[in-house]
Amino acid sequence: MHTVLSLADVPPQTLPARSMMAFTLASHIILVPLGVALPLITLIMHGYGLRRNDATALLLARRWSAVMAVQFAIGVVTGTVLSFEFGLLWPGMLGRWGDVFGIGFGVEAWAFFLEAVLIAVYLYGWRRLPARTHFLLGLPLPFAALLGAFGILAANSWMNTPRGFTLDSAGNPVDVNIWKAIFTPMFGPQYWHFVVAMFVTAGYVVAGVYATGWLRGRRDRYHRLGFTVPFTLAAVFTPVQFVLGDSIARQVFHKQPVKFAAMEIVWKTDTHQPEYLYGRLHPNGSISGGIRIPQLDSILAGFRPDTKVTGLTSVPASDRPTAAQATIAHFAFDTMVFIGSLLILLALWYAVVWLRRRRLPASPWFYRVAACAGVASVAAVECGWITTEVGRQPWIVYQNMRVAEAVTSTRAGGLWLMFGLVIVVYVFVFGSFLAVLLKMRSRWRKADATGGPPPETPETDTPYGPRSAGRFL
Amino acid sequence: MIAGVIAVVLLLAVAAYACGGGTDYGAGFWDLTAGGAERGKRPRRLIDHAMAPVWEVNNVWLIFVLVIMWTGFPVFFQQVFVTMWLPLALAAVGTVLRGAGFALRKQVRRLAGRRLYGALFAVASLLTPFFLGAAAGGVASGRVTSTTTASTDAWANPTSLLFGLLAIAATASLGAVFLAADARRFAVPDLDGYFRRRALGALAALAVLAVITLVVTHGDAPHVWHGLTHGVGLFFVVVAALGTVATGWLLTRPSGAWSRVTAVGTVASAILAWGMAQRPYLVPTSLTVAEGAGAHTTLRWLGLVTLVALVLVVPAVALLYWLDTQGELESLTDADLRGAGTGDEG
Repeated sequence: MHTVLSLADVPPQTLPARSMMAFTLASHIILVPLGVALPLITLIMHGYGLRRNDATALLLARRWSAVMAVQFAIGVVTGTVLSFEFGLLWPGMLGRWGDVFGIGFGVEAWAFFLEAVLIAVYLYGWRRLPARTHFLLGLPLPFAALLGAFGILAANSWMNTPRGFTLDSAGNPVDVNIWKAIFTPMFGPQYWHFVVAMFVTAGYVVAGVYATGWLRGRRDRYHRLGFTVPFTLAAVFTPVQFVLGDSIARQVFHKQPVKFAAMEIVWKTDTHQPEYLYGRLHPNGSISGGIRIPQLDSILAGFRPDTKVTGLTSVPASDRPTAAQATIAHFAFDTMVFIGSLLILLALWYAVVWLRRRRLPASPWFYRVAACAGVASVAAVECGWITTEVGRQPWIVYQNMRVAEAVTSTRAGGLWLMFGLVIVVYVFVFGSFLAVLLKMRSRWRKADATGGPPPETPETDTPYGPRSAGRFL
Repeated sequence: MIAGVIAVVLLLAVAAYACGGGTDYGAGFWDLTAGGAERGKRPRRLIDHAMAPVWEVNNVWLIFVLVIMWTGFPVFFQQVFVTMWLPLALAAVGTVLRGAGFALRKQVRRLAGRRLYGALFAVASLLTPFFLGAAAGGVASGRVTSTTTASTDAWANPTSLLFGLLAIAATASLGAVFLAADARRFAVPDLDGYFRRRALGALAALAVLAVITLVVTHGDAPHVWHGLTHGVGLFFVVVAALGTVATGWLLTRPSGAWSRVTAVGTVASAILAWGMAQRPYLVPTSLTVAEGAGAHTTLRWLGLVTLVALVLVVPAVALLYWLDTQGELESLTDADLRGAGTGDEG
């Protein structure tokens, strides 16, 4: 198992398999924040509306649940593709390790099942269920979402710090300990960092829509409410996320030192390591570009300049990310931290104005930044994912299985063809998804502007359409 | 012992997916065959309405099947996905097109656009079960082995072809039976008759295909053939045959009640018959359940997770189906989504 693979041994199908996995996961991740956190945000608005008997809040909650319907549907299909890809692209990983780390997916599958049921009841319950019953049936939704995230993050953190098994003489895992395999060292940090990222991102994305409306002159109560609730949630969680992010970086430093070296482009193990803001690592270990801050990397990792930071060269070249991969992980990591820092400033601005004046900031610049915060947080989520996945290379199971050992034996040509097909399908699906959202928005805006009843035809309904019998007669 | 239990759980999950997802694919099949835009307008609208609140739940079964496979029987999972690469890859693409086509087509107002999304949904509804069935046929006929690589003869063989066609016929029967029941629920008698006729046709096709499959498996998949004609396998074959007859008979009765139960029973029994016929193999005569099973600890935990989940999910699913049949679930209309709080709670 620990046979030394040189770069030449990487089978040709690895590149298309890797590209396809990266592409489908990157696409799916765009939908995840809303999938995990939009139910919570909607329920907060819903609860507020019920308590205050506030028609505007209830209208917002209804519209958000209409968006949830489309978003969840697309999330289901892109998520199903990912479970197929485990077999289609990485049969070697599941074949050897499936029974060690697969149980997390078992939890996730059932949680997802529960979520699908509850979301169906919530989405289709608005019209006929009693108000209180409907709201109460929706309440378990955020918990089902958190349980689903538990399963996925258990699996991913296991790939980073695999535990809960011993290897027999043939290199096969035996003596599986499920508990240890779920609660691996990286699980806690990854889970909380992820969950809070989802809340922050979903909050800024939703608030961004209404910030844009505010900038375009729509400054009614509807827009104020639609902005305030999600933005406040995101702003409260932003500093929390900053602390969690700092903590997970230090955990990586301790548990996956070579990944940390890639994230910070540290070449040689040493104390008094400088911190590079961006900058490129070259295969000979030199670094070009970027801003060099002496001592800072050691201080961040261990709070003291004489902290020893492991470098990439501490392991053979075949066991660490290449210079290009390290540079990618480093860029992604720095971008994520940069975006996070900007969001902290935004949250601070909001908090200061609120504490001193008890109102929303008035400056258009605040809303300009807030409108971009949603896109920026999605970008940060993508960067965080790139950091953790690229930083782990060349391992699919850290220090236990290489990506090249896990890849399917299907020929590269076939994989490239399938990848092409997948790109076409995804561009089409995501394009349609965006078009549908924009159409819903313009329809609602028109309805709000005229105030008159909209034309009641089935064609104008949200995806699933009404279910009243009268329509067939 | 525990491996056997998890194998049964896997089989039950496959049966649940065949019934839940199958009904869905069947609705897509009838969407495809409903004729031109004008002629097929009303059946298509019924299909949309009937599928809406439950299709995601129906399709989540598939994810569960995959998870049990890779957690409980990792070697089996690896072999199936290596050998049956192409049909499974096409089935995955089909799933995306189908889900997205269905979810998005109602948004499109122009006829041309609706046709495009509708066609994607319908064609994918036909191809996805075919390819999944073909992969299952490859397993049943023992073509999935550790040494086989992905090639067309692994899945383009008589058993795979017939399993694929059986899957289409079974989904079409389920779909038509359920749509007929929905037509009765929405009080549209002419569509009730329309789908009953189609259900009878699909059942006849299913019966013919089943007989052909039995003949073909005699030579092509002898282990499964033996299992289907002896013992527990034979019992489920008989139940499936009786179920087919009963469904046909119920569909000719005025009320049509219970036809859904017998139709689901038929398809579920057929799946169970196949599973029982394969005993003690995951892949006949090359990989037994015991050989393919993962670590015992994992299997026990998987059993526990399943049990806990059943306690949580069964009431939730029951609630969903109950609310659905009570007519309590209706999607939001534009009237609910415009200002001035026109909803019940406004």
